[in-house]
Amino acid sequence: MAAPFLIIKDMTMAYGDFVIQRDLDFTINRGDIFIIMGGSGCGKSTLLMHLIGLQRPAKGDVFYGEESLWQADEKTQRRILRRTGVLFQSGALLSSMTLSENIALPIAEHTSMGSQRIRELVSYKLALVGLAGFEDYYPSEISGGMQKRAGLARAMALDPEILFFDEPSAGLDPVSAKLLDDLIRSLRDNLGATIVMVTHELASIFAIGTNSVFLDPETKTMIAYGPPQKLLAESKDPKVIRFLTRDKAESQTPTATKIQEMSDV
Amino acid sequence: MLIRTVDPFIWLIRAFSTSTLMIMSCLYGRVRPFRSYNYLTKHFYAHLLMTVTNAPCKINVSRKEHTLEAAIAGDWVLDAQTPALEAVLTQLGDGSDIKRLVFSTQGLGRWDSLLMTELIRLVDYGEKQGIKVDITTLPEGIQGLLSLVYAVPERAGARRQETKTPWLEIIGKGGMRIYKDSQATVSFVGETALSIFALAHGQARFRWVDLWRYIQDCGPSALPIVSLISLLVGLILAFVGAVQLALFGAQIFIADLVGLGMTREMGGLMAAIIMSGRTGAAFAAQLGTMQVNSEIDALKTMGFKPMEFLVLPRMLALVLIMPLLCLYANLMGIIGGALVTVSFFDVSLVQYMDRTAAAVAIPDLMIGIFKCGVFGVLIALAGCMRGMQCGRSASAVGDAATSAVVTGIVFIVISDALMTVMCNRLGI
Repeated sequence: MAAPFLIIKDMTMAYGDFVIQRDLDFTINRGDIFIIMGGSGCGKSTLLMHLIGLQRPAKGDVFYGEESLWQADEKTQRRILRRTGVLFQSGALLSSMTLSENIALPIAEHTSMGSQRIRELVSYKLALVGLAGFEDYYPSEISGGMQKRAGLARAMALDPEILFFDEPSAGLDPVSAKLLDDLIRSLRDNLGATIVMVTHELASIFAIGTNSVFLDPETKTMIAYGPPQKLLAESKDPKVIRFLTRDKAESQTPTATKIQEMSDV
Repeated sequence: MLIRTVDPFIWLIRAFSTSTLMIMSCLYGRVRPFRSYNYLTKHFYAHLLMTVTNAPCKINVSRKEHTLEAAIAGDWVLDAQTPALEAVLTQLGDGSDIKRLVFSTQGLGRWDSLLMTELIRLVDYGEKQGIKVDITTLPEGIQGLLSLVYAVPERAGARRQETKTPWLEIIGKGGMRIYKDSQATVSFVGETALSIFALAHGQARFRWVDLWRYIQDCGPSALPIVSLISLLVGLILAFVGAVQLALFGAQIFIADLVGLGMTREMGGLMAAIIMSGRTGAAFAAQLGTMQVNSEIDALKTMGFKPMEFLVLPRMLALVLIMPLLCLYANLMGIIGGALVTVSFFDVSLVQYMDRTAAAVAIPDLMIGIFKCGVFGVLIALAGCMRGMQCGRSASAVGDAATSAVVTGIVFIVISDALMTVMCNRLGI
């Protein structure tokens, strides 16, 4: 189970001269539900863009197994990325297409299946995310949670080995968020896929995360790496603890010291 | 010399045959060009995919009394050639006395969604025929996925049926749409009038900096394209007239033709059509995108009236700037005419200027400028109206922009015709 699947080596992310994160070094194992967490604006989503080939790192590289993503030529890169599926924050469904057309799009592009077979496959994917019967709806006609699940169905269209999620539970009510978490976990268990998730939803982090990395916007690097529960129990860094406890540990101390500590950070 | 004349033809034939070949190859690759590209890449990667050889997938059935056992073997992965399920389905079909369906998966290799879709077909069919389908012998992953698939039952009434609408209904709906559209137009005009009223009373609220920005966008930024088009239109007018007038040796009257044609009609019309495509579409796209992002709703909750805050500055900017653009277009057109007349038809520049000044009177100029002001109102109206009516998707924004240009040009041409007839009857 613990075979490395995605290796991030000595990576620096920057927009021009403006460095967002530097010296990122971590490994995502096969079958992990890997959480990328950190405060707002620390570059979580940017890191995701680097992993899925949308943005080139300023330094360092990303390895899928043995293969480098950013040293590879365009064709190899496309072949590597065909094994990935991405769910964007708002679903990113193409609004001029129905759900079934949205999901059929990557399938028709990358396989030579007939239209009847594609239709069956699309129905299966939609049923898997609990949207059976919604084939002919346009994204604007369904709710945000449903859009997100439809986006998940599209991300899974080609049976990817690794799925990336950008804040999957943002904008969902707690019950829907939990259902989505359960769905993600059972998809991991049943499909044997690896999951990488950007989130700051504490409930999700502790419920399903098996490993995680914590990005810090001030020092501009990762300051914690390990399973979320273990980080909570063992981390010495006040920033990590404050994040993982929703600042509860601090709120027990008098306000004055809290402000003092915040100005220290 | 002969070679010189033949050469372009050879190139033409070459270009023609190459493009024909390209179109043919696109058609061969299942019509869509990007399909044929994929077709190529797929075959390029074929050798990479083939490095893992797939065992052919098989499904064998054997029956024991009332139980049918389906043995699944091989690699069930997408793109694999699947065996027909019909053999299994017919065994389960009407008139069979099978009560149970079980699976065995000893020989099953790798599997993905392909196997899942086939299994779902079997399970669905079995349920329809009242046969008990036993999935407990399947691998755990498959069982988990199957239970996920059946976890949320299909919502009743969610599925959509494709219905054929009779032609009478289509015509009727079209008529209703035109009726509703004109209703919306009238109410939009009314709302605009109300907000202008509010402005006159000093009650309209919008940011003056917005107004200046739109004036910058509609005016100075549009000058290059207006210069080019008006210059060329003046040039064309001059050429069209010159051919006829030169027959009588009356080349000097090209100045009359161009001067009057530009000031009364073409200057304003050309400026209006350019602005409709340039600014009207931009207005529709801006407002449409704001609609998609709920920005307009946000403005409403903050107590702003979108008509005043968004539509009014855009409309004011266009109404203020269009007469000036018209004046500029007139000038460029007359320069275009002068270029042709002076360089080809033996008329001096001073003569041309003199003749133009004699032919074009102030009322002609004013008519053109007034018309252009009206066009400005109409362009802003069409652009803003389509933007405000925009739906909430990316394609709706495109539709809004298209519709703004179409509506704008229709408005312009109709109003121009009306005003020209009016001027004619009034004798100005």
